[in-house]
Amino acid sequence: MSVDDKTVHRIARLARIAVPEEEIASLGTELNAILGFIEQLSEVNTDDILPMTAVVETEIKRREDAVTDGGYVEDVTANAPACDDDYFAVPKVVE
Amino acid sequence: MSASKLTDLSLAEARDGLRQKDFTSEELTQAHISAMEAGRKLNAVILETPEKALEMAKASDAKLSNEEGGALEGLPIGVKDLFCTKGVRTTACSKILGDFTPPYESTVTQNLWDAGAVHLGKLNNDEFAMGSSNETSCFGPVNNPWRNKAKETNLVPGGSSGGSSASIAAHIGVAATATDTGGSIRQPAAFTGTVGLKPTYGRCSRWGIVAFASSLDQAGPITRTVRDSAIMLGAMAGHDVKDTTSINAPVPDYESALGANLNGKKVGIPKEYRIDGMSDEIEELWQHGIDWLKDAGAEIVDVSLPHTKYALPAYYIIAPAEASSNLARYDGVRYGTRLEGDNLLEMYEKTRGAGFGAEVRRRIMIGTYVLSAGYYDAYYLKALKVRRLISDDFKQAFEKCDVLLTPATPSSAFAIGENLDDPLAMYMNDVFTVTVNLAGLPGISVPAGLDAQGLPLGLQLIGQPFGEEALLGMAEKIEQAAGFDARPDAWWE
Repeated sequence: MSVDDKTVHRIARLARIAVPEEEIASLGTELNAILGFIEQLSEVNTDDILPMTAVVETEIKRREDAVTDGGYVEDVTANAPACDDDYFAVPKVVE
Repeated sequence: MSASKLTDLSLAEARDGLRQKDFTSEELTQAHISAMEAGRKLNAVILETPEKALEMAKASDAKLSNEEGGALEGLPIGVKDLFCTKGVRTTACSKILGDFTPPYESTVTQNLWDAGAVHLGKLNNDEFAMGSSNETSCFGPVNNPWRNKAKETNLVPGGSSGGSSASIAAHIGVAATATDTGGSIRQPAAFTGTVGLKPTYGRCSRWGIVAFASSLDQAGPITRTVRDSAIMLGAMAGHDVKDTTSINAPVPDYESALGANLNGKKVGIPKEYRIDGMSDEIEELWQHGIDWLKDAGAEIVDVSLPHTKYALPAYYIIAPAEASSNLARYDGVRYGTRLEGDNLLEMYEKTRGAGFGAEVRRRIMIGTYVLSAGYYDAYYLKALKVRRLISDDFKQAFEKCDVLLTPATPSSAFAIGENLDDPLAMYMNDVFTVTVNLAGLPGISVPAGLDAQGLPLGLQLIGQPFGEEALLGMAEKIEQAAGFDARPDAWWE
């Protein structure tokens, strides 16, 4: 499988990364080299093999449904590039 | 004791000296601050915190004078910039985090401060820990303190924990924290003649560590000796309710695991690690390791890990997939750098386009692609299945042996710029280390000799889950037999 310029554009949009037009072709070449490398997994027979999602098999831990943290809005917003009172500020979303 | 002598000490020696009141933490810390300032050419430290360090040292001295204090009381330690440190800028060496200053402390670093450690500064690393040479950092590359005999070019210190490995090799700090997702502790340790320990997944809390690939990331120490590694791990490890994957098991006294008798212990040699084109020097080093452990009483057995060659391709699906998801949070809204756009989408795209470096962008895009509709099963699900086969290989091998011995890297340190244009050549650096992350096992790299260029080479030991004690005991035997005491010339001072 190899990606063309159109696919590179699509991936960039999905990843929310602006890629300058002049870099699309070279980025496509790089991505194809990596995809070519990972392609070798198709040689491996994985019939009846369960996907491995955790290395240490444990039961999912439960905890009490209680508020254990919070109450410091100033800390939360201290690093924000733009704030308005206690809110994060972004460009207008709703017309 | 003179300042240079104080930086000669190992962590254990410095600890014992402090307890015996041979010197104060303030003197020890000042000696390391001077070494840090003298070592700026290495670019290993990206944020020096000397005032904080001296303040912490004075507090430690007060405790030590009353015969109080923790396991690391008064010991100056560097912190990889992937660990969030309260009130101290944390960037993961990415432009996208800007001057992010965490209002909280990572659990691992909090454990270190609670044990009395002194914070020397933040250490350089590959951007978001993505790299094997520390060249993807937005603060620029780190220079390896080691240079080849010709000395014409500077070498990489390995990556991603290149600031950690270089600073410890240059005696800036008695130990450093590091993280390992595919080899990022062990490979830089091998490139700098230091000891790098990646613990079992879940041994150290990941809370407050900037996430790369959450099912693979694990924190560990880089030190100059195996004993120091044991002491550091004891302080870093432990259960944490804030990380659901952290394991609730007691932390053993790792230092007491040293000096173990290897009689009856079995060391497995995986034949698949004898890769095509492996240099004679690496072969020879491996054979030395086998002989040393045999002499120490261990029995050598041949084992097979048949899916080894598929580990790197599986890793380069799983790690980017997790990264693309983890790094979705960097959108210019809550923290870090923002580039303005006419609308929200344009703001996201411009911010992320400018904020991420080339390697991070590549990995996010690969991750996005393998998770996208129509490709998920062919790539991501397939890789998760191969991951199980790799893990099963280890389970079967460990029915025949207690630990595995392999080379740590396929070569010694390479020149800055040498592999920068070829991502796949760069990825090959992790060929011996990446399997361990996929299976969640502990691994340690121990300096074992110098190559013909006069550069350090490391051997890797791989243990069973939570088998760090056996690993450390065996690593110490390699350390003793290798008698590695070479040091780089201090050309940077």
